[in-house]
Amino acid sequence: MAKNISFTIRYWKQNGPKDAGHFDEREMHDIPDDTSFLEMLDILNEQLIEDGQEPFTFDHDCREGICGMCSLYINGTPHGKTERGATTCQLYMRRFNDGDVITVEPWRSAAFPVIKDCMVDRSAFDKIQAAGGYTTIRTGQAQDANAILIPKEDADEAMDCATCIGCGACVAACKNGSAMLFVSSKVSQLALLPQGKPEAAKRAKAMIAKMDELGFGNCTNTRACEAVCPKNESIANIARLNREYLKAKLAD
Amino acid sequence: MWLCNSSVGRKVVMSVTGLALVLFLTFHACMNVVAIFSEEGYNMICEFLGSNWYAVAGTAALGALVVIHFVFALILTFQNRKARGQNRYAVTDKPEKVEWASQNMFVLGVIICLGLCLHLYNFWWNMMAAELFHIQGLAHSPADGYAWIAEVFSCPVYFVLYLVWFCAIWFHLTHGIWSGLQTLGLSGKTWFPRIKCISQIWSTLVILMFVAVAVFFFVKSLCCPEAACYSL
Ligand code: HEM
Ligand code: SF4
Ligand code: FES
Repeated sequence: MAKNISFTIRYWKQNGPKDAGHFDEREMHDIPDDTSFLEMLDILNEQLIEDGQEPFTFDHDCREGICGMCSLYINGTPHGKTERGATTCQLYMRRFNDGDVITVEPWRSAAFPVIKDCMVDRSAFDKIQAAGGYTTIRTGQAQDANAILIPKEDADEAMDCATCIGCGACVAACKNGSAMLFVSSKVSQLALLPQGKPEAAKRAKAMIAKMDELGFGNCTNTRACEAVCPKNESIANIARLNREYLKAKLAD
Repeated sequence: MWLCNSSVGRKVVMSVTGLALVLFLTFHACMNVVAIFSEEGYNMICEFLGSNWYAVAGTAALGALVVIHFVFALILTFQNRKARGQNRYAVTDKPEKVEWASQNMFVLGVIICLGLCLHLYNFWWNMMAAELFHIQGLAHSPADGYAWIAEVFSCPVYFVLYLVWFCAIWFHLTHGIWSGLQTLGLSGKTWFPRIKCISQIWSTLVILMFVAVAVFFFVKSLCCPEAACYSL
């Protein structure tokens, strides 16, 4: 049975990257606990608009855990505290209790400047992807699916890596602002497949170089990233990226 | 050079220097436990390691490793703070998986460095440096390592300081060993739990050897108190 809860929401307001920013607070009354977290924020925004105040800005799109847009740091955890495998949009109010104070912050990392409130600029990830996260193929008729045989385990593992949705929770959680979990997942999804092998060396070097250039930090293996990743990416990917990169550099 | 210019390269430098120091530390610990069993045996090792240029060159190489490890740790820590940005989270909730040592490697390293200074003053200065620079008038002969250990650990203050130091090294190594291997790519889904376990066991064994020597000489000094605390 759904029940209603009342709580205080503390949400981060910031007008652009240079602004100092501050928290605003609002009491929320009688919210059904089967409301999703983002629906609750929609209710908040309707109330703010009715009161003639500026609505709270946050990113979202698919609202079903596949696009990677939603990105809220809730009560000290990226995407809020769930059993792992859930994004902000998959978080429900039944995780909270009557009388709670819920603090909502943006991803805080130098490489992700705030655009407004809790919406941050994650185009750095697109730039890393564009630096090498692809295979160069001749387009044309699609090949027969069996033309290149791939062992099931390899295909599965590559698929697991490919489920990274580029949300940036790993960077948000990392005390070093490192993007290694994201980059290693994107490198791994191709490194594990025969189609990715020809450009593996070039890809690892180019993506790491771009990552460094954009100001992400040096990974010190704290494992905060894998603890919060909604897609359960593992630091085994980071070890693979290190191997790929070392192999490429030693072959130069 | 990619070892300096890329994040993975810098980590490789941390890892290789760190792991080399772990190997040295392991050797050092094995050498120390000899002192528990045999005074002559230990002093033979000291003699062997104190009076020849190979040992001096080895010491210089170790010094270089520590300096490189330290300088890169500084660079890494500085860059990482910058990457983190100015704004801190108002609320943070540390996941259980994240171990304390992994978040405090730099602080632990600084404690290790301070301990190292004390250690070099206690032993290296009185032993290798005394021979190199012909320092006269010390309490014991430079080659009498056994007497120096007995003297240092007879002092309760030193004894406690060394235990704190060993603790810091233990924490640093429980994270450092597996992290160093992970950085070199020697990990994966199957090997991660293994290197983590190896890391835990290896650091504990090494530190227990050091602690055993310290405790042995401290207890010994309590039993025969004529070896007083005259170096303080
Ligand atoms: C006998 C002394 C030391 C040993 C055996 C040692 C060992 C190690 C090892 C094996 C690593 C892992 C490398 C990696 O993750 O890639 C490491 C990392 C590190 N060490 Fe040391 N270290 C020692 C002294 C120091 C000192 C004096 C500092 C100075 C502040 C320091 C600071 C660090 C830092 C910041 C890291 C990076 C954290 C990380 O990569 O996880 N260490 N150390
Ligand atoms: S690795 Fe996980 S946390 Fe990082 S961007 Fe991909 S899905 Fe998000
Ligand atoms: S809104 Fe698409 S993953 Fe959450």
